[in-house]
Amino acid sequence: MTLTGWARWLLRAVMVLGLAFIYVPLTLVLVNSVNGDRTFAWPPRELTTRWWVAAWDNAGAREALLTSVKAGLGATAIALVLGTMVAFAVQRFAFFGRDTLSLLIVLPIALPGIVTGIALDSAWRSVIEPLGVGKGLLSVVVGHATFCVVTVYNNVLARLRRTGTQMEEASADLGATGTQTFRYVTFPLIRSALLAGGLLSFALSFDEIIVTTFTAGPGITTLPIWIFNNLFRPNQAPIVNVVAAVLVVLSVIPVWLAQRLAGPAAGASRT
Amino acid sequence: MRSFLYRHPGARLAGLLSAPLLWLAVAYLGALAVLLVSAFWTVNGFTGAVVREFSLANFRTIVTEEVYRTVTLRSVGVAAAVTVICVVLAVPMALYMAKVASPRSRHWLVIAILTPLWASYLVKAYAWRVLLANGGPVDWLLGGPGRGPGYGLFATVLVLSYLWLPYMILPIYAGLERLPDSLLEASADLGARAGRTFRAVVVPILVPSIFAGSIFTFSLSLGDYIAVQIVGGKTQLIGNVVYANIGAANNLPFAAAIATVPVLIMVVYLVAVRRSGALEEL
Repeated sequence: MTLTGWARWLLRAVMVLGLAFIYVPLTLVLVNSVNGDRTFAWPPRELTTRWWVAAWDNAGAREALLTSVKAGLGATAIALVLGTMVAFAVQRFAFFGRDTLSLLIVLPIALPGIVTGIALDSAWRSVIEPLGVGKGLLSVVVGHATFCVVTVYNNVLARLRRTGTQMEEASADLGATGTQTFRYVTFPLIRSALLAGGLLSFALSFDEIIVTTFTAGPGITTLPIWIFNNLFRPNQAPIVNVVAAVLVVLSVIPVWLAQRLAGPAAGASRT
Repeated sequence: MRSFLYRHPGARLAGLLSAPLLWLAVAYLGALAVLLVSAFWTVNGFTGAVVREFSLANFRTIVTEEVYRTVTLRSVGVAAAVTVICVVLAVPMALYMAKVASPRSRHWLVIAILTPLWASYLVKAYAWRVLLANGGPVDWLLGGPGRGPGYGLFATVLVLSYLWLPYMILPIYAGLERLPDSLLEASADLGARAGRTFRAVVVPILVPSIFAGSIFTFSLSLGDYIAVQIVGGKTQLIGNVVYANIGAANNLPFAAAIATVPVLIMVVYLVAVRRSGALEEL
């Protein structure tokens, strides 16, 4: 677009302001994690690392982190299997209700989390609990997997659409069995899509709070629940802030991983 | 076994679909259906037990009582305001990224927009709680405790816009990236200035992307009750009312009835924007 210098300048100004709007609050969390004042008096008068030490020694936070990782891994594993299956079915077959199915997959993430949360909670209590399995970590994994399927499904579906079936047909023509074709042809083709979908799915699960509130059994505290429970306790504020700062720093990892995954493509777009 | 599967694609399809369908269609849709049905039940005010008889009492309460109308209108207003703020910020930012920035800085800008998506929702809401606290940095910037907006409805709209802004930028950016430069050059060659090109070429092409982004900003704002608790002060949205009826009031049927309100609004919204082709942009 042929923009006048003035319009370019304006767009650049909005971009800078927008980025500042996005990053100033996150930076503040990082700065406050070393703010010596217990109530984050601003501007900080002294800097300290003692909140980091206190957070490291906080058993509740560490246990919550472990629970979150377990729930995320479980939900991601289920989502990888189910999402891939549905993606193959939708891409490789024509069947009655295919469009409805692709809508059904999006539903758990499109509906407000509180609706999914109450629905799963009352279903668990009225159907599964009488079988002797009370709410616990398992119900959290089930709840998270329900809305994680869509991330894997989307990634694998996009990959299958792009690659087509010629490679697999060639493999079959050369005499490979179905298992061999899957192992040496199909799986390598969709591997990076699985990684991307799995990464997204883990991040979704790791950050989820609403569905977790309703599906977690007694004594199951994920990291978001722990943060929320301690958010309104003034004497826990510095430790909550350190945990928040850690999460801000950790959020760089998936972006870095995604960059590595994209590899040559990202490199090409950089030139 | 293998030749059976080869000769019967139906069996292959059944194998692929059985587990996901059992999970999503039977378990999840079943749970939703039970929730919907329970919206027509009531709770015995004396014993607190759920009365499983069809009744429109819950919906009558929601429609007739002033407080629920106010909360619904306020929630829709907040969701709409958040969506408008996100569009106003996202369009120029995406335009800069896609059509002004050099390819090299474009790459880094996309990363800069993507990274906060991975940062925790709670951490972002928490950051604003600290920013807006009485005597916090915003107050300090504006000249002393109590000078800033503090917690309340304004803070809620601000924080929700902050949370969902990247969800608006990304689809608009994707839409602009697909817009060929030749179209813009043609418009310029025909004598249109930047403003005219923007209105006559860019905006019509962006409409589906904007609607796609608005599905996120609108529905995520409509269902939210956590950010409101963190920075909203005493503000109540639909989500809070649902939550209060499950927890303190222990009235699941009424909670289910209120929960149908945002679902209905979302369904109407989805049907309305579907005609623009927004759903293919998701």
